[in-house]
Amino acid sequence: MSFKRLWAMFYARNLEFFRDRSALGWNFLFPFLIVAGFGMIFGGKDYAEYKVGVFPSQYESVSVSKIDLPSGFRETSYIKFIGFKSFEDGIEKLKHHKIDFLVKAGSKEHEYWVSDSSPKGYIIEKLFKGSLLPDGKVVAGKREIKGKEIRYIDWLFPGILAMNMMFSALWGVGYVVVRYRKIGVLKRLNATPLTAFEYLSAQILSRIFILMFTLAIVWIGCSFIFSFKVEGSYFDLFVIFFTGGICLSAFGLVIAARGTSEEFTSGVVNFISWPMMFLSEVWFSLEGSSRWVKLIAKLFPLTHMLAAVRKVMNDGAKLADVTPELAVLVFMTAMSIAVGAALFSWNK
Amino acid sequence: MPDLLEIKNLVKKYKEVVAVDDISFSIRKGTCFGLLGPNGAGKTTTIEVIENIIPPTSGEILYKGKQRLSSFKQEVGIQFQQTALLSSLTLRETLITFKNLYNDPADIEEIIDICNLREIQKRLNDKISGGQKQRLMLALAMINKPELLFLDEPSTGLDPQARRNLWSIVQKIKEKGNTIILTTHYMEEAQHLCDEIAIMDNGKIIARGTPHQLIKEHCEGVTVILPKNSIKIPLSQFPFRFREINGRLEIRTNDINSCLNRLLSEHIDLTEMIVRSPNLENVFLNLTGKQLRD
Repeated sequence: MSFKRLWAMFYARNLEFFRDRSALGWNFLFPFLIVAGFGMIFGGKDYAEYKVGVFPSQYESVSVSKIDLPSGFRETSYIKFIGFKSFEDGIEKLKHHKIDFLVKAGSKEHEYWVSDSSPKGYIIEKLFKGSLLPDGKVVAGKREIKGKEIRYIDWLFPGILAMNMMFSALWGVGYVVVRYRKIGVLKRLNATPLTAFEYLSAQILSRIFILMFTLAIVWIGCSFIFSFKVEGSYFDLFVIFFTGGICLSAFGLVIAARGTSEEFTSGVVNFISWPMMFLSEVWFSLEGSSRWVKLIAKLFPLTHMLAAVRKVMNDGAKLADVTPELAVLVFMTAMSIAVGAALFSWNK
Repeated sequence: MPDLLEIKNLVKKYKEVVAVDDISFSIRKGTCFGLLGPNGAGKTTTIEVIENIIPPTSGEILYKGKQRLSSFKQEVGIQFQQTALLSSLTLRETLITFKNLYNDPADIEEIIDICNLREIQKRLNDKISGGQKQRLMLALAMINKPELLFLDEPSTGLDPQARRNLWSIVQKIKEKGNTIILTTHYMEEAQHLCDEIAIMDNGKIIARGTPHQLIKEHCEGVTVILPKNSIKIPLSQFPFRFREINGRLEIRTNDINSCLNRLLSEHIDLTEMIVRSPNLENVFLNLTGKQLRD
């Protein structure tokens, strides 16, 4: 093992990345746009989760105060009311799930239409029926949540950063190495004393450097706009992101171990990254999901990384509290490096 | 001089295809050895097996009388026929990167000068011409002061001027005493650069020797070419057997002096006469019945 050779490859790979302005820009811009976009969508007062069609209405945009519907229903948050001139217009949209619920304004019988296959429609139906009950009929006591509020954006932000790391690691290591194999860069390097271990180590170290650099820039940029709350220590977050980044890069190494087909590699990267994105709680919690879904999620490094990051960021946990997650990440890293190195080929 | 490299009964098969078919040869230290043959003859496969890039099916390769050790890669320089480099690096940065992969690298300034890269050293390695790229590839092959240099079709795809330029660089490397193995399908290149040549076809070596020996052994005489309109006598009375090609008569002779005397005695105008000596193309044609560039 020669550190001189490892450094030469590390340095050259970083030069490549930082000089590719389009890739560099996209690595910073992508997570920033996602965070900014979701911050605006979910953080804004106008955010609506449900769409209810109302007819007859002269205009599509209807003022809530002027709709002839039970007030309890009208004033429910997160519902957007959309006006339709006729029943036919509205039912067409409902059939195609463009709206979740259709109601006739001013109807004494409170006529409504809902698709039985629509989960959102089911919820709205319950809300609508509930709003028709006389006040005070239902006895329930609301209690305030103690402690600091965790905004959705505070919960989402680490997920977006981790997702960006995942894509950057899998594509930046997996896809790039396969492309280099295809075009003959690896063949040229194989003609030198550089060993596979040195080359692969340099790829992982270079990628982790790029990941952490990108993370820092995006974090600082987003913090200016959204003022994220970090309950735990920044150092602990750094350790978790670093460990997770190495683990994801090592995952990329397994993808990169063999093959010369960029198309096939794209498919493999997508096959791994999409389930990982949806099942690692980047966007939504898996609370209440089937056991097998949760088991699959546990196979992904992103799940453990995100769980640890959120514990530190949202709950103020210490490194000791996230030892199980870190241990899983270290184990997965070791396994991935071992498999990737064993399977690695310079030529095929 | 002792043999630097010995190849014994080398075979390389790809499933049903025999790319290299039981070939043996040795290369003396300090010589330029050429593998000449048409595309698909097995030259590149042979050289890549020797380079340790692909494994042989069978056979033995001895470097300095021993099996190739891990130090082999420190001592050889390789220029592939087709290759790519880490992108977005300048020529100088590319050279420095490769220099740092070796224990005992060459002086980078010297390499830049030998390969005429001084003026373009700050350009990105993917923004240079074909000739410049081949010079860069040659420089990379030279970056570790190799005892043995592999050049796989170094001038393929280059224009005549760039090709001459590359030849003069290889000539300089030769003069420094490096051992070179070169594959080519250009007979001019082999004739110009190689001390010894092995002609390959269908995975086999069909002839071997110095260019002079090969020509002497496999081609006789010279070809005299005359414009048809320079001959004033009826062609039926022409004193030699000839081939008529594109308005010219080609005469093959083993005795050029007698031939010329006879032509003069017939008052044939020799002003536009061309005398062509046989070359490696003719050797290949005589050996296989086909052109090198078929």
